[in-house]
Amino acid sequence: MTLGELQEISRQIRIDVVRSVGTAKSGHVGGAVSCAEILATLYFNAMKSDPALPAEQRDKCVLSKGHAAPALYSVLAQRGFFPREEVLTLRKLGSRLQGHPDMKKTPGVDASTGSLGQGVSISVGMALGARLHGSQQKIFAVVGDGEAQEGQFWEAMMAAAHYKLTNLTVVMDNNGLQIDGSNDQVMSLGDIKAKLLAFGFEVIEVDGHDIPQLLQAYTVKTTRPKFILAHTVKGKGISFMENQVGWHGKAPNAEEMQKALAELGA
Amino acid sequence: MTINIKEIKAIRVATGAALAELGAERKDIVALDADLAHATMSCTFGEKFPDRFFNCGIAEQNMICMAAGLAISGFVPVASTFAMFGAGRAYEQVRNSVCYPHLNVKLVFSHSGLSVGEDGGSHQAIEDISLMRSIPGMTVLVPCDGNEARKALRAAVTFKGPVYIRAARLPSPVFTADDAPFEIGKAVTLREGGDVAIIATGLMVYQALLAAEELEKTGIQATVLNIHSIKPIDRQAIIDVARKTRRVITVEEHSVIGGLGSAVAEVLSEECPTALKRMGVQDRFGQSGTPEALLDYYGLTSKHIVETAKEVVERVK
Repeated sequence: MTLGELQEISRQIRIDVVRSVGTAKSGHVGGAVSCAEILATLYFNAMKSDPALPAEQRDKCVLSKGHAAPALYSVLAQRGFFPREEVLTLRKLGSRLQGHPDMKKTPGVDASTGSLGQGVSISVGMALGARLHGSQQKIFAVVGDGEAQEGQFWEAMMAAAHYKLTNLTVVMDNNGLQIDGSNDQVMSLGDIKAKLLAFGFEVIEVDGHDIPQLLQAYTVKTTRPKFILAHTVKGKGISFMENQVGWHGKAPNAEEMQKALAELGA
Repeated sequence: MTINIKEIKAIRVATGAALAELGAERKDIVALDADLAHATMSCTFGEKFPDRFFNCGIAEQNMICMAAGLAISGFVPVASTFAMFGAGRAYEQVRNSVCYPHLNVKLVFSHSGLSVGEDGGSHQAIEDISLMRSIPGMTVLVPCDGNEARKALRAAVTFKGPVYIRAARLPSPVFTADDAPFEIGKAVTLREGGDVAIIATGLMVYQALLAAEELEKTGIQATVLNIHSIKPIDRQAIIDVARKTRRVITVEEHSVIGGLGSAVAEVLSEECPTALKRMGVQDRFGQSGTPEALLDYYGLTSKHIVETAKEVVERVK
């Protein structure tokens, strides 16, 4: 897949996020669009994710920052797990697309997540499971930076290093903001890279919106579990949402939705 | 029945041995513990199958979600720790990562109830049945002796979906028959009598049987119903004994709020309103003491059941 194609998938993710959250009048835009390139590159490059493959032959991705579900639904729809127009059913009663990922309802969702800190532990279990099966399956977890304030996040990191899970890659969407303000104002995470190195990870820092950098990071072979620290911009691609704390969990109204879609060239 | 004690064995020892036995039969069973393997006795499995045993350290939240991940990978994980930390500290992980997606995870939490003893109130889970049974889709089993514990774990790993098994710490009499059937959702009538029904769970079943023997000497005939399956609960068996005796006592080594007593009250109040007395921990915490001293202090011995039964028989004519 070419760089241009991956950029286009990322743009389509942003369009779907704005449309689906705007239509639902509820949801999280900022932290969903900040991981658009991460999800596009995972599902269309790094992972074996063809829906035609049996589930056990596909690589797995746990969206531990489950509130970014609208971005995950878009990439799954674009990958062919369900019809693209279904993203507009987001958060509606009876929809297969719940407010947070639900593996029992949505085709292609590998784990039910949303309560922060839990998904990354699930991914540790899945990586152990893949190893026990003697499978070459790769396991990815996409985590938030605010999520790393959960104690359980560090329990999971400790376990991943302890079990030497080289089949696990944790990608942090490091957009620097959380609901109540910047991470540094609310509860500083300090030097994330130094912390993860100390926990026993191989840490690769990238610009999380730079597709070639992400692709390069996925291909690095490591002897320790891999942590990709992806620096991102919350609300990326929508000028009036970029780096705005207020757009963590707010849905755009009709006018804002049109403005955002126009900026995205929809 | 006449009580026939075969041996004295802690329920946790029985679940530990059963886990190792099942591990030999099924390669898809994996076990996890949180630095309490020599207390929960999951170490028996760990010694035999080190490749399928994961000690997660003192990190119960991570352990429960790791079990969820292993279940997604197709394994049947059995996670063990103390009831306080598994059902208490990691409640939300059990709720959201295991039960919300209805994953095939088995939770065997030991050191439940007051009979933990000397460690005191901070370690005596008296709310675990209540917490676990309120989660949609969760199955809750409370074996009454070592024999039942072995059967409960076998039934749990055969069943598809999340199951909680509550296991007691202290050595206790093994008195149920080796060949007694064990079925999830089915109560077991251990003794029949028309004057009062004693519905008990876990270690209290044995105390209920002792009480029934004592009561017989005073002319009171008691039915003893063993509810090893708190959820799903055997509604019909409860209704039947209530209709027959018109007087029901529940006994559990757990808070009377949300446990067996509540579960029985829910059935009876909807289907067969009956005079009911709930014996258990009366909305307070435990404390340090020997298990025997604690059970006596909190009113959970056969002697207390006898007194309560006499009162109920006297009061409800």
